[in-house]
Amino acid sequence: MSAVVRTTDLVKQYGEGETAVRALNGVSCEIEEGEYLSIMGPSGSGKSTLFNMIGGLDKPSEGSVYVNSVDIAQLTPRELAYLRCHTIGYIFQTFNLIQVRTALENVTLPMLFAGLKPDEADEKGMKLLDQVGLANRYHHRPSELSGGQQQRVAIARSLANSPSIVLADEPTGNLDLKTGQEIIDLLRHLNQEHSVTVISATHDHKMLDVSDRIFHIRDGVLAEIEERAVRT
Amino acid sequence: MKQFKDVDPPLWVAWNQALAGIRVRIWRHGLTAIGIALGMAFFASVQTMRVNTFGAEPFEIQRLQWLAATSLIMCVVGVTNSMLMSVTERYREIGTIKCLGASDRFIVKVFLLESLVIGLVASLTGSLIGSMAIVVASGAPFLGSLAVVGVSTSLGLLLTVVAAVAPAVQAARMPAAAALRVDI
Repeated sequence: MSAVVRTTDLVKQYGEGETAVRALNGVSCEIEEGEYLSIMGPSGSGKSTLFNMIGGLDKPSEGSVYVNSVDIAQLTPRELAYLRCHTIGYIFQTFNLIQVRTALENVTLPMLFAGLKPDEADEKGMKLLDQVGLANRYHHRPSELSGGQQQRVAIARSLANSPSIVLADEPTGNLDLKTGQEIIDLLRHLNQEHSVTVISATHDHKMLDVSDRIFHIRDGVLAEIEERAVRT
Repeated sequence: MKQFKDVDPPLWVAWNQALAGIRVRIWRHGLTAIGIALGMAFFASVQTMRVNTFGAEPFEIQRLQWLAATSLIMCVVGVTNSMLMSVTERYREIGTIKCLGASDRFIVKVFLLESLVIGLVASLTGSLIGSMAIVVASGAPFLGSLAVVGVSTSLGLLLTVVAAVAPAVQAARMPAAAALRVDI
């Protein structure tokens, strides 16, 4: 199996001189195509930083991140936007839907960035909303949806351009137990159905049970790699 | 990586996003627009007085020039401040659409269009009100005052657009993670 994401000696330092903080201190890892990976660690351990690095949301201080064998530090802002549009889907703890747009518009916006025609985008968007069980709420604004529903819209949006990676930063952090479980099941289901790589930063133990592998991050280093369920 | 294309979505995508932004924040933007309109009304009224001072005493003319300069500074500060505020409170939104694959240029375009709409409506209304009030009150010539309206509308529009686009450019260039972290 080939590595979809690879990092080499990744270092991220915030600040300079004596007040500098090393959020990541030399992380090398490989993430395989189609796996369901959880990044686990206490808050402040650097897992969100690692998440941001892998997603091309932030630049490493040292070391490199390769996504599909492309060193993302070498990309121009435009190429990076293209990578974010086509290769990576993002899911956030706080959902981060565009408040001013309806559920369907939120899902289709990345498709419009990718150059799809509006009617193609609407059709594909409805299909995705249907997959997450929200087809009947397509014209609702995020403020009219519950937390779990908003996260479902966010999941549909992350899959808009059939990415090879879905990055989820604490996707269940703002949800109650039952809704969180539903979101986890949905992610796992989509992971298997679309064979999309799911990488999620979490400290939710329910999440770990469905993971193929778990990265334990402590003090900015990759302390342990745990193998879980045998892939089917 | 798939074939890289250097294209932005068509302009209407940015236009829709800008309109949606205005529609949903209609009260917030309305307040900003009123601030801009008031500033421009003040500027336009003093300007109308100043250009219609034939036969007035030199002391009077000097006083009006001074007042016009003050009103200009006030409207520059007022307009830029309200536009700056309305952009900086949206850094998170900028970070989010960056994650969805928006190019820096697209983000700037959205804010440019939004500020064009707000700036045009607000400065035109404000300048008209300010200038026409003086025309009615002191019988200044109507046609000459239209020139003042033209000048002060363009000035208001320029200020609004610059004050919106400058922070938008800065936000668009930020790493997406940094824009997402900004909490207001």
